[in-house]
Amino acid sequence: MDFSLTDEQSLLKDSLERFIRSDYDFDTRRTQLRSELGYSQTTYARFAEFGWTAVPFAEEDGGFGGGPIELMILMEQFGRGLVIEPYLASIVMAGGVLRHGGSAQQKARWLPGLIDGSITGALACQEPYGRFDPARVRTRAEHHDGGWTLSGHKAVVLNARDAELIIVPARSAGDVSARDGISLFALAQGTTGVSLRSYPTVDGLQAADVTLEGVVVGADAMIGKEGHGLAILERAIADATLAVCAEAVGIMAVLVDKTVEYSKSRKQFGLPIGAFQALQHRMVEMFMEHEQTRSLLYMAAMKLAAGDDDAGRGLHALKYQVGRAGRRIGQEAVQIHGGMGVTDELDVAHYFKRLTAIGSSFGTADDHLGRYAG
Amino acid sequence: MDLNFSESDAAFREEVRDFLRSNYPADIREKMERGVRLGREDFVRWQQVLFERGWAAPNWPVEHGGTGWSATQKYIFSTELALANTPAIIPFGLSMVGPVIYTYGSEAQKQRFLPDILASRVWWCQGYSEPGAGSDLASLKMRADRDGDHYVINGTKTWTTLAQFADWIFLLARTTSDVARKQEGISFILADMRSAGISVRPIITIDGEHEVNEVHFENVRVPLNNLVGEAGKGWTYGKLLLQHERAGIAAVARSKVRLARLRQLASETPEGGEALLADPVFRRKLAAVDIELLALEYTDLRTLSAVATGGAPGPESSILKIKGTEVQQAIDELYMEAAGCYALPFTPELYASPDIDDAQRIGPPWAADTTPHYLNGRKVSIYGGTNEIQKNIISKAVLGL
Repeated sequence: MDFSLTDEQSLLKDSLERFIRSDYDFDTRRTQLRSELGYSQTTYARFAEFGWTAVPFAEEDGGFGGGPIELMILMEQFGRGLVIEPYLASIVMAGGVLRHGGSAQQKARWLPGLIDGSITGALACQEPYGRFDPARVRTRAEHHDGGWTLSGHKAVVLNARDAELIIVPARSAGDVSARDGISLFALAQGTTGVSLRSYPTVDGLQAADVTLEGVVVGADAMIGKEGHGLAILERAIADATLAVCAEAVGIMAVLVDKTVEYSKSRKQFGLPIGAFQALQHRMVEMFMEHEQTRSLLYMAAMKLAAGDDDAGRGLHALKYQVGRAGRRIGQEAVQIHGGMGVTDELDVAHYFKRLTAIGSSFGTADDHLGRYAG
Repeated sequence: MDLNFSESDAAFREEVRDFLRSNYPADIREKMERGVRLGREDFVRWQQVLFERGWAAPNWPVEHGGTGWSATQKYIFSTELALANTPAIIPFGLSMVGPVIYTYGSEAQKQRFLPDILASRVWWCQGYSEPGAGSDLASLKMRADRDGDHYVINGTKTWTTLAQFADWIFLLARTTSDVARKQEGISFILADMRSAGISVRPIITIDGEHEVNEVHFENVRVPLNNLVGEAGKGWTYGKLLLQHERAGIAAVARSKVRLARLRQLASETPEGGEALLADPVFRRKLAAVDIELLALEYTDLRTLSAVATGGAPGPESSILKIKGTEVQQAIDELYMEAAGCYALPFTPELYASPDIDDAQRIGPPWAADTTPHYLNGRKVSIYGGTNEIQKNIISKAVLGL
């Protein structure tokens, strides 16, 4: 029983901490967020230079062979910095599907670009009425001339607008929620029949609803075996769920610290507001929720890393806690910052927005509680 | 990061399990399983079983009869005791006054008191709270005035758990009233409960049980030799005692046992009815408590890991008592809800006595004490420093407010 990091993991954490502290300031981030792309390509290129984009991939694919613990370390720091570059969509989600199910050819085609940051990817893992169940796929895949024709509608696909690669699950057999019959397809940007309705999300990122109308792809676009895509998809979503939970824990840590610090300096009635017991106890609650969530994050990451049978349940427990505690910590941080907490000017508001968005990503607290309860 | 215990720790766990399988007295086990009230002799006999094996006081230094175990071994031991549903160790001697005596006591006091504490030959009780001094303990009024080679003690202690069984009491009393801060002038004194002038008045708790007492002192003469350490330093000693026992403070393993049992009970289908576990609302409530407990378990393990690798417990350790008691109380509520209408009968004469068999209980045998247990269990967020006091401590010590 040991919660300490290896030397390599500590180095990774240190380099991320240093970068976030000194090179990722809030004002630059704000400027980038308002740019046309919505993030900094230069910064993303540095992620690649530092090797962070290579972390989860196998060494033979040009990666570093990192696992859930390394992913957790990265994402917690990205949470602390409120990183807007498309690491989650490109490396964890699209990269994850290729990692878990891609053929050697597919990996050779896509991974070098994803890893060096010259291209990005997206994973269209949800549909309008799917309610966070990746098996609920209505999008159809029909045999066509040795290849496939795809048609359907994908909802809120993160980074779809700018992605050179979009991975699309489509059903070639079975009912709308059958576990079998789902196949995965790699679509290059600009494929005929793919149309995007792009929009910003509440936390300032980019997403799109994607419509597929008679999209023709070759047989070589299929990732994994025909009808057996769900297991691959679920593994990528599990990684992504852990990733956003780690990000959320980073955000929670920042919100607790910032709120406590603010309460020491903000004076009302002649006293720092942190001197008032009503607020002290609420900040203690925030602190406790953060620590309890962190404990579940370590548990879930360690179980995933160990390939534990219970890892899936561990993730449900974690995501439930992140949803519940995230809402509480975010709301309290805003409340204790007073009017400033609901302005666009204050960084706390932006942390709150990202935490809120995570609450509605990959399943809400209630969804995961229900799955944990069985 | 690694979830597993080392091979030697796993072997130690097997050793503890083997020991419990063959040495946990069957009659006490049965009482625990049936929720029957334990008597003084049950507690003593169980603690003496541990003493015989040399495991009565894992936290004590080896020279006084401790085990020399690592932090991980202590964690495993306390977890296994809980998983086996053994009676709680009465803390007043082994966890409270013992450590104060071996840390601050005289050689004579160590020789006189420690062996009897270790062997559970003497039952101790704790004289801290007073009618006017609860959370604000330092405002205590009990006086110990010098008269020759004795202290003369006057005042009242309250919430004195199981004082009706006690042979000795350790208490905080004021030996000087002319002090700048109320924490000064308090001394840590040991008194024989048979001393003239001590009287014990039962306080009946909300569940009808006799668990706590008021203890009155009227001109009780105690030899000066029974002062521990220096006069006026009792507050410092008393605080040490409150932070001594970390292992098990979150009661994770006990809560796990109770929750697993509740899940089992809720999965059973009563005649002509439906299993409670089929109700998705109840199932989700159970799951929510289960997750809170899982988080607490890992918070506990993080603390353990920090200590086991030579560090100090991190700030997360401060939340163990609050979260532990919240989980215990949440489980109490679920049991009561699971009992349905049988949450209402109040029949201690049927459930608390070992001589009445299950068939004579009203309703499902397990349901008989659920509401009394819930009611009594409100105490856990009050004793040992209320959860509000715990939050004040975290606010000050951890958040720096």
